[in-house]
Amino acid sequence: MSDRVDVRKTYKLYIGGQFPRSESGHSYVVSDAKGKFVANAALASRKDARDAVLAARGAFKGWSGKTAYNRAQVLYRVAEVMEDRRPQFVEAVRQSEGLTAARANAVVDASIDRLVWYAGWADKITQVVGGANPVAGPFFNLSTPEPTGVVAVLAPQESSLLGLVSVVAPVIVTGNTVVVVSSYARPLPAITFSEVLATSDVPGGVVNVLTGDYTAPAPWLASHMDVNAINLVGAAGDADNATAYEVAAAENLKRVHRAPTVEPDWTEAPDLSAMTAYLETKTVWHPIGI
Amino acid sequence: MTFEYAPAPESRGIVDLKSSYGLFVNGEFVDGSGTSFKTISPATEEVLAEVAEASDADVDAAVKAARRAYTRVWSRMPGKERAKYLYRIARIIQERGRELAVLESLDNGKPIKESRDVDIPIVAAHFFYYAGWADKLEYAGFGNDPKPLGVAGQIIPWNFPLLMLAWKIAPALAAGNTVVLKPAETTPLTALLFAEICQQADLPPGVVNIVTGAGATGQALVEHPDVDKVAFTGSTAVGRMIAKTVAGTDKKVTLELGGKAANIVFDDAAVDQAVEGIVTGIFFNQGHVCCAGSRLLVQESIADELLERLKRRMATLRVGDPLDKNTDVGAINSREQLERIRELAGIGDQEGAERWSAPCELPDKGFWFPPTVFTGVSQAHRIAREEIFGPVLSVLTFRTPHEAVEKANNTPYGLSAGVWTEKGSRILWTANQLRAGVVWANTFNKFDPTSPFGGYKESGYGREGGRHGLEAYLKEGGLK
Amino acid sequence: MTTTVHPSAAGSTAFSDVTSSDASLRRFLHGLPGVDQVGCEARAAALGTRSIKTTAKDYAIDLAIRMVDLTTLEGQDTAGKVRALANKAMRPDPADPTCPPTAAVCVYPDMVPVAKATLGSSGVHVAAVATAFPSGRAALDIKLADTQDAVEAGADEIDMVIDRGAFLSGHYLQVFEEIVAVREACARKNGEDAHLKVIFETGELQTYDNVRRASWLAMMAGAHFIKTSTGKVQPAATLPVTLIMLEAVRDFREQTGQMVGVKPAGGIKTTKDAIKYLVMVNETCGPDWLDPDWFRFGASTLLNDLLMQRTKMRDGRYSGPDYFTLD
Repeated sequence: MSDRVDVRKTYKLYIGGQFPRSESGHSYVVSDAKGKFVANAALASRKDARDAVLAARGAFKGWSGKTAYNRAQVLYRVAEVMEDRRPQFVEAVRQSEGLTAARANAVVDASIDRLVWYAGWADKITQVVGGANPVAGPFFNLSTPEPTGVVAVLAPQESSLLGLVSVVAPVIVTGNTVVVVSSYARPLPAITFSEVLATSDVPGGVVNVLTGDYTAPAPWLASHMDVNAINLVGAAGDADNATAYEVAAAENLKRVHRAPTVEPDWTEAPDLSAMTAYLETKTVWHPIGI
Repeated sequence: MTFEYAPAPESRGIVDLKSSYGLFVNGEFVDGSGTSFKTISPATEEVLAEVAEASDADVDAAVKAARRAYTRVWSRMPGKERAKYLYRIARIIQERGRELAVLESLDNGKPIKESRDVDIPIVAAHFFYYAGWADKLEYAGFGNDPKPLGVAGQIIPWNFPLLMLAWKIAPALAAGNTVVLKPAETTPLTALLFAEICQQADLPPGVVNIVTGAGATGQALVEHPDVDKVAFTGSTAVGRMIAKTVAGTDKKVTLELGGKAANIVFDDAAVDQAVEGIVTGIFFNQGHVCCAGSRLLVQESIADELLERLKRRMATLRVGDPLDKNTDVGAINSREQLERIRELAGIGDQEGAERWSAPCELPDKGFWFPPTVFTGVSQAHRIAREEIFGPVLSVLTFRTPHEAVEKANNTPYGLSAGVWTEKGSRILWTANQLRAGVVWANTFNKFDPTSPFGGYKESGYGREGGRHGLEAYLKEGGLK
Repeated sequence: MTTTVHPSAAGSTAFSDVTSSDASLRRFLHGLPGVDQVGCEARAAALGTRSIKTTAKDYAIDLAIRMVDLTTLEGQDTAGKVRALANKAMRPDPADPTCPPTAAVCVYPDMVPVAKATLGSSGVHVAAVATAFPSGRAALDIKLADTQDAVEAGADEIDMVIDRGAFLSGHYLQVFEEIVAVREACARKNGEDAHLKVIFETGELQTYDNVRRASWLAMMAGAHFIKTSTGKVQPAATLPVTLIMLEAVRDFREQTGQMVGVKPAGGIKTTKDAIKYLVMVNETCGPDWLDPDWFRFGASTLLNDLLMQRTKMRDGRYSGPDYFTLD
């Protein structure tokens, strides 16, 4: 019996619901935690960032216009599909993060649970952070949260699945669309996550996944005038770059989530601010009369 | 004989103007170490007072005083005690309301009826509102043990001097922060009178510090390493600079910046109220309002009739002495701002828009611009895109609701918008579509301490007012 | 562009299509721009903050006196009471001959001969409330007879009430035709006619939209004046209701060239109130309406307050009620 030769995988980007190669044509080798070859992944470029923003903007109106109930259903469906693909996620996390099968399982559990937790927020966040304002006059006055728009996210470098879900889910559940740059060294869970998104009910363009070194696309995302917010958590510890991105982001007054010095512990329960950071408050006034 | 209203000036006597003012640091008025500048009445160009220009060293002293007060007194004081100081301040503002209103109109140029009936009452209401939050922060939705941030550096504009001060200081203090506030260069006087009110209220020294000056003073405050929080209201250009300055620091920032609001009038609008709303939208406070309804989008089928009504109404606006109780439109705040308005209006002419100004006599001295409307404006005109910050309305037309919304949103700004229609479902649809932080439906330019205010996109971030306004001054803490 | 004639009898022919059927009339009235209550009241309140001092106040007080329809509409009215009232109308301040007379006295129809005899050729008009005032609940022929009686007795002006029941149940054409009929009944044999004021009783119409519709209905039917209230129902005249009516007459002139007068009545008691109304007239319709031919106050106690304020302006000290007649 001869050894079967593996079919080696070359993964692509996920933009606008499609899996294109990097416009640059570049890819890079992804190894597991022990340095063993796992796959080739696409090395996202400036133009990939541009295309992803275009896709995200294109999807914004439709996604933000869906009912909150519908977005909840879509996100919950993603969790269901992840559950279906547990073995693949466990394997990806195990390889990427060098965890034991048991610990990788726990990470996948936590990731799916987090997604379910966020899915449920879709039709509740408005009630929790919005509300009626008792103004001193004959006016109906209501504040409601609305999505900021297109959000660029540098995903955590260490926590390749739980971290990724923890930064993507809160952004999209409220109606934003996202361009996320995955962990450079550990892109496999993000790639698998893309495949889940593609085969669930998330409309193309709502989540766009770029793999590779963030220093290529990040400056362009930070300075892009059609990106409304940026989460720099993936640049944790990279203060110089993070500051440069924040300066670039100021050009159109992006909402910026700064890079921490070290990556947060993603197993901790999230704040509401993970969602509210990418929400605008709209206040509508109307007279009350006959 | 016609009904000519005789002059009805509010008395200046209630204001006790000093010839010069220092800085308010650590509970005392101190001489600045820098130079000084003059603040004038824009209605007469009369010099009202000399005011110290805070140097870097003065700003440092103010921040140190704020830090001391924060660590030793204010952050340790129970919320219910902080509340009582804020209630005291609110009450004193009410008691000294007329004095504050006259001083505001003198220094800013806004009509006394606005400072008296709008600015100052809302200032007092703002302190009352946030006073009540000081001992209820655990119910505000930021965890059951939210914490103050520390020292807030606050920079406010000249269009609503004391009101912007209230929007900044009241929530900051309620949440347990201490502040260093820089009023605008052209309108420092009510902030300095507010400092006196802090003394009158026996507010602990250093909790509120006022540093007067221009851009350099503001920059020193923003850059100061011991400032934990920067709050700014003003132009988008300066807001952008601030965002760049604080990049890479731990400073929390809220910015309330410019706007170019669309005021959309559908053909079924309550037309007389719509005309009033358009007038309020753009001529309130001489149009020196970030959320001014400076782009009128009117449905083409009623455009001619509406404009005729608007012009007739504009002809009744009384422009002149800010202290006259019958003045509707006061003085432009500064020569610099007047030049800016003139320049943009001139560009409107050059670009082929048609200018019409209300027939009104303008005083010889001071800075004045008549209520003006430009018709035949398209989205491509600069006067439809740039914030003029003056009494100049650009009129555009639309045919369908989708076109109206598309044009309304076609701007880098997103602070406010107006919509006028008698059809309820269309109001809600339009309000949903508009990318703006405040939508006034069948009304305009309404403000209330309970109502969050702030913009989308380049109009800035963060909200002021209401429960939402506390977020800018709190760290989440405790159980979530 | 505009003229200053009153509408012709039976309304303007410009509206003959509109008033040809109940359905078309309803379409027209419901097609008028809506009124936002809060915005309307805010505008009225803002106009009320105007500060009218010195020379402007002098002018306003005398104008207001000249606009008063000095009114007594009581079951207990007698010839003596009406004679006293008529004398007061001619010489409001007996101590000051420069004080102008009021515009009219307003009485029930049976008191018209008394008033007329007292007023003679003074120029002060006699206005009579007719058409089963104040409720208007009588058959049309009785309302018309009521009107003709008053006109024949010498009334210069007729203040009629509309059928609010018909209006509120949407029978606009019925209301319209009744106004037209009363207007015809205002004709004198000599070819002149008594001026017709149409009272809406806005307190019963309740909404500003209704006030706007009633205003147009009455103007199209040929009203010379539109009037807020009988004084018997609360609320009577208010600033916002008057604002709606002023906007209506302003817009009616824009459209037809014809001017219609406005009369707030009931509840206007002080000089301060009266001046607020005059400011509103000035800034809504312009100076053309600042004339007793085009604006009136239906009032009784207002006059003495105007006189007290007038005296204060001249003497520089506050006066007291004992110095003015009680009639």
